[in-house]
Amino acid sequence: MRIASAKESYATDEALFDSAVQRAWFAVLLLALALFPFTVNQYWAYLACLAAINVISATGLNILTGYTGLVSLGQAAFMGVGAYTVAVLEARLGTPFLLNLLLGGCMAAAVGMVFGIPSLRVKGLYLAISTIAASFILHFVFANWTSVTKGVSGINVPPARLFGIDLDTPFKLYWVIVPLAVLMLLGAANLFRTRVGRAFIAVRDRDISAEVLGIPLLRTKLTSFALSSFYAGVAGGLWAYFFRVVTPESFPLLMSIFFLAAIIVGGMGTILGGILGAVFMTLVPELLKLGVGVVSPFWPEAAVVLSPVRTVVFGALIVGFLVFEPQGLTEMWRRTRRFFHLWPFKT
Amino acid sequence: METDWLLLFEVSLAGLGTGGLYALTALAFVVIYKATRVVNLAIGEILMLGAYAFFGLAAGWALPWWAAALGALAVAGLFGAVVERTVIRPMLGESPISVFMVTVGLGSVLIGIVEIVWTADPHRLPEFMPNAPVFIGEAFLAPKIAYSFLVAAVVIAVFVLLFRFWRGGVALRATANDQAAAYSMGINVPGVFSLAWVVACMVAAGAGILVGAIGGISSTMGVFGLSVLVVVIVGGLDSVPGALVGGLLIGLVEALAGIYLGGEYKLLATFTLLIAVLMVRPYGLFGTHEIERL
Amino acid sequence: MAGDGTPILEVDALTLAFGGVRALSGVTFPVARGSITSVIGPNGAGKTSLFNSISGFYRPQGSVRFEGQSIERLAPPKRAKLGLARTFQNIALFRGMTVLDNIKLGRHAHMRTGVLDALFYLGRARREEMELRRDVEERIIDFLEIDHIRKAPVGSLPYGLQKRVELARALAMRPKVLMLDEPVAGMNREETEDMARFILDVREEWGVTVLMVEHDMGMVMDISDHVVVLNFGQVIAQGLPRDVQADPQVAAAYLGSGNVDDLRAKLGADARKVA
Repeated sequence: MRIASAKESYATDEALFDSAVQRAWFAVLLLALALFPFTVNQYWAYLACLAAINVISATGLNILTGYTGLVSLGQAAFMGVGAYTVAVLEARLGTPFLLNLLLGGCMAAAVGMVFGIPSLRVKGLYLAISTIAASFILHFVFANWTSVTKGVSGINVPPARLFGIDLDTPFKLYWVIVPLAVLMLLGAANLFRTRVGRAFIAVRDRDISAEVLGIPLLRTKLTSFALSSFYAGVAGGLWAYFFRVVTPESFPLLMSIFFLAAIIVGGMGTILGGILGAVFMTLVPELLKLGVGVVSPFWPEAAVVLSPVRTVVFGALIVGFLVFEPQGLTEMWRRTRRFFHLWPFKT
Repeated sequence: METDWLLLFEVSLAGLGTGGLYALTALAFVVIYKATRVVNLAIGEILMLGAYAFFGLAAGWALPWWAAALGALAVAGLFGAVVERTVIRPMLGESPISVFMVTVGLGSVLIGIVEIVWTADPHRLPEFMPNAPVFIGEAFLAPKIAYSFLVAAVVIAVFVLLFRFWRGGVALRATANDQAAAYSMGINVPGVFSLAWVVACMVAAGAGILVGAIGGISSTMGVFGLSVLVVVIVGGLDSVPGALVGGLLIGLVEALAGIYLGGEYKLLATFTLLIAVLMVRPYGLFGTHEIERL
Repeated sequence: MAGDGTPILEVDALTLAFGGVRALSGVTFPVARGSITSVIGPNGAGKTSLFNSISGFYRPQGSVRFEGQSIERLAPPKRAKLGLARTFQNIALFRGMTVLDNIKLGRHAHMRTGVLDALFYLGRARREEMELRRDVEERIIDFLEIDHIRKAPVGSLPYGLQKRVELARALAMRPKVLMLDEPVAGMNREETEDMARFILDVREEWGVTVLMVEHDMGMVMDISDHVVVLNFGQVIAQGLPRDVQADPQVAAAYLGSGNVDDLRAKLGADARKVA
């Protein structure tokens, strides 16, 4: 059982991890992340990288949708912008890896802002639908601006190089992707300790009174779009280095739905929600694969239906969480924690 | 370049033909929206479900086409009833976005089920429409498109009449106008919800059979629903005339863009139109002027 | 205590129509610096329309001058930044946020932290947030006696406290003019007295000018320096509380008769309730 702790200064009260216990857990987590790749094979390192990329993008979407209340079905397309930017820079100009990522993020942010302009006029579902449009328009650009994107055949991306080392295996990429994900998560968490994050939440909850408090709506919404797309762009850039080929079909609408599903399943408007949701949704197909391995001796065709079963499970998770646990995994986690805080005095 | 008027005319006709199917599906969408305020993104997948049910009954069970069609409508109607009762009704009062996402999830479930049962490969529906070429003046029109348009037009007409004069239609309109008032007038509002979903799913399934008859069926045919989404946004989410005019308009725009710009421009054209409409007239050409608020 | 020199806020010939209905017509009055000015009038007289026009939600004809500068073309956030803060009749707090975050939101326009500062939470972001926290704690939370609820989500608080938190948030905006839309509506006597005391203290200690809309006549007459009476969108009387009370037109608007004594009797009753 734990009891509330007294704070000695405003600074400690405002800190990200406001108790020694929390800081200790965070250190343990970091240590675990550092040791993880040494204890597993390439496949798990691959999954960890993929999950971390998805965490970055989902967190970006969470900033926009969970915190600012602007629903977007364009996150995958904005990732595509980042991925193409990185691919073109790397393949044509050979500029440094981290610079490419940064530029990929910035380019996605700029494009995201442009597609955020309708949010001035429309809200809610209408905005969600206009981002579907954005997604198709960007797909069209990827597929048809052949002089830059090489059209449907896509661009092959050379491996990322850092300090003269080719990052050409998941194990090596892990050391870039995961720390970057941790940094970007801390950044997102920081955001909501300041006026910028508070303004997002204010716009989400009641945008008329936000205006009276001196929060300009359009600017705040566009900032949120830009930031969210920046996260998507960096995630997309990492995605390009990770899969090493970028095509127009790499970032379908379904992938945007994946990210929206991830933050719904994880819990909208919490940093933890983006993490839990993205990791969970990345692992679900793997669990299914495991299941197929178990049943295939008895049912040889199991592998054939794996992909459609995944589609069904994916949809069922969205429906199930929305109907039964709208606050997502975060809420389940909190309930578990509360249980142990009060245990054994109350069960 | 000399304008080829005949080609233009033929393309426009074909576009309007497809537009008829858009209008029909959009009608299904609008009925659900009017009654339950749900933006149903699964409408394309429900359409797909109808087409596959027809395929299963006509090709798998070798039923005559009319029996298979009735069967497919029944399957879709049942699906609508079950979904409304088990998923949509518990979500009443939740934010419109949540309900919208629920329908996205439903669409995904439907695609998966169809792929499990029938695989992801495309299929052709058994032929059931006359295939003598149809000429309007000198212009040739693909027979399937022509007959589909006719069927769609008849169904829409029946629908509009029912909507105006039948008790159920009146109850639906009353519910759409003011739910509380409808309740107090003794209208069975939950019943109206169920009715709307059942009827709309049947209409979408019917459209699915026609769409499948023209272009074959596949598990990705649900993207038809995206064009329908554009239709209802352009026409106005809650407007029956909007669905009809919007359907024809989008059909026409897609056909013209497809011929004169190239096939890849179809979706680009409609979605650009969509953004333009959202910016200028967010509630659509005929919709009620109220912007959805979160 | 009437203010000195030029009025801090001047409302000049404001006219606002919705369709054919005139919500305001030619409304003109000054708000003296440092004063407590109240706008009263029967339901539907246009009081809230007036407030919404001053804070920039409606675009009426006529002009609004703030410290001599015309502001009628400015968007609401710009007006907020100049020092025009307000509360709402039906509390417009962010129910999911804590009291502290709600109050902090008020300072938004006066802070400079940008997105980059915020992501890294170094330098300016940290300094500004710490200053804000200290200021909010020491000047606002203590002052309004809401220490015990600072971490509570606003939605869980009783109505009277929510009103107080909204006042706190408005104070965090560093207001020059504080606009209060029915600050004591729906409050019991004790809460009303507390709020009246806070309003007076705000004026004394912070030097803030108060413009309020209120139905509670007793409170209005007790603490106002200047009273403006609206009826059907027009100013039918304004001046010192006692002069307004003596105006037969006001009595007519409120009671349907021109008998000033009836009005006095009614006000007296209200005032006793407060005192």
